[in-house]
Amino acid sequence: MTPEPRLEPTPSQTVGPFFHFALTEEDRSRLVALDHPRAVRIEGTVHDGAGEPVTDAMVEIWQANSNGRYAHPEDHRDELPLEEGFTGFGRCQTDTEGRFEFVTVKPGAVPGPDGLPQAPHIDVAIFARGLLRQVVTRIYFPDEEEANAADPVLTSIEDHDLRSTLTARGSQEGHLHFDINLQGEHQTVFFDV
Amino acid sequence: MAQQSRSGVAGYRRDDAEVHPPYLYPDYKGTRLRAPEKPLIILPHTLTEITGPVYGHEPVGSLDHDLTRQHKGEPLGERIIVHGRVLDGDGRPVRNSLVEIWQANATGRYIHQGDRHPAPLDPNFSGAGRCLTDDEGRYRFVTVKPGAYPWGNHYNAWRPAHIHFSLFGPAFATRLVTQMYFPGDPLFDQDPIFRSVRDPKARERLISSFDLEATEPEWALAYRFDIVLRGREATPTERNHK
Repeated sequence: MTPEPRLEPTPSQTVGPFFHFALTEEDRSRLVALDHPRAVRIEGTVHDGAGEPVTDAMVEIWQANSNGRYAHPEDHRDELPLEEGFTGFGRCQTDTEGRFEFVTVKPGAVPGPDGLPQAPHIDVAIFARGLLRQVVTRIYFPDEEEANAADPVLTSIEDHDLRSTLTARGSQEGHLHFDINLQGEHQTVFFDV
Repeated sequence: MAQQSRSGVAGYRRDDAEVHPPYLYPDYKGTRLRAPEKPLIILPHTLTEITGPVYGHEPVGSLDHDLTRQHKGEPLGERIIVHGRVLDGDGRPVRNSLVEIWQANATGRYIHQGDRHPAPLDPNFSGAGRCLTDDEGRYRFVTVKPGAYPWGNHYNAWRPAHIHFSLFGPAFATRLVTQMYFPGDPLFDQDPIFRSVRDPKARERLISSFDLEATEPEWALAYRFDIVLRGREATPTERNHK
């Protein structure tokens, strides 16, 4: 209503190939300890359009804790306890085989648009040389079939094969696999955020 | 209204398509096999996207902002001050927010082991810094002016001197990684990364300005680089009250 002067945003530029000494020197890939009773290991590989591993990417994740609460001042749901030491943020560089790995917990369900609950999910941003702006995707959980089928974001993706790129694959208890394909037939769903 | 506060959240304004570079910019060869080809899916801004990592409690060392004092001696090169404000699209300061920077040394060489440019490393310069913005959204770094360097994208390709910036802002939806350039660089016209921002006015916003007022006599030139993150939608994006 008040015509505030709007400022134009600063454009994005690529993170480039040489960020490691500044951004990933400190290991932020473990959001919880390996021996945490509900620890989940999520690992995967980032591939380019030729199917080659992307060995110079940085993957960041953001998520709620297992109660579905975000460690952030705008999550006012005080009835859902925060967990000491759990920030919900992770950052991992890909290795010489394009692999990344996080150790975290499955987040609880969180509210979505139009009052609908969202299935448990983790927001993911990928930065790399050749990406002029981060690409954003989400990780959903394979043991949440019912919640996934009702999730407003997942169901907004009509193509079933495309939608399935957002669900991690579970090989064994506490160990999930989530590959990220930047291009090609099996390209991961990326979001306009 | 009380019901709205639970699930109806005010999202962030989506940037105009011309603000940011496209994913595919063939002149920048690295984009060709990495740019997504399928159309992006619109993600409504839910609680997940309007929250984000809070760094206020992170320990940032008192010398982390001064890249010239991280080693025994002083680095070679032209000492500079780089400062500015981080604002949102409505001009409000982004407070207490982490700013991370990294850069090549004065010869145009990164400390990174992948950098093969045959220019000398400087034992007194690593090229990484970080700080938190203050209550006015201000940040300040002391560093040396980075050199230009060749990068093999095309024949005789040289990156204009630049400093990388990583910012979080208040939310996952405000995350920004960018590069700051120096005024009047003769290399702009041949640099596809700079030119990937198609709107010339948007491109100008990547260039710092020389700041005589903040220049410290007998010590260091200053450059000012203000960074604008997205502004907030005025009202909740939720539509079920209609």
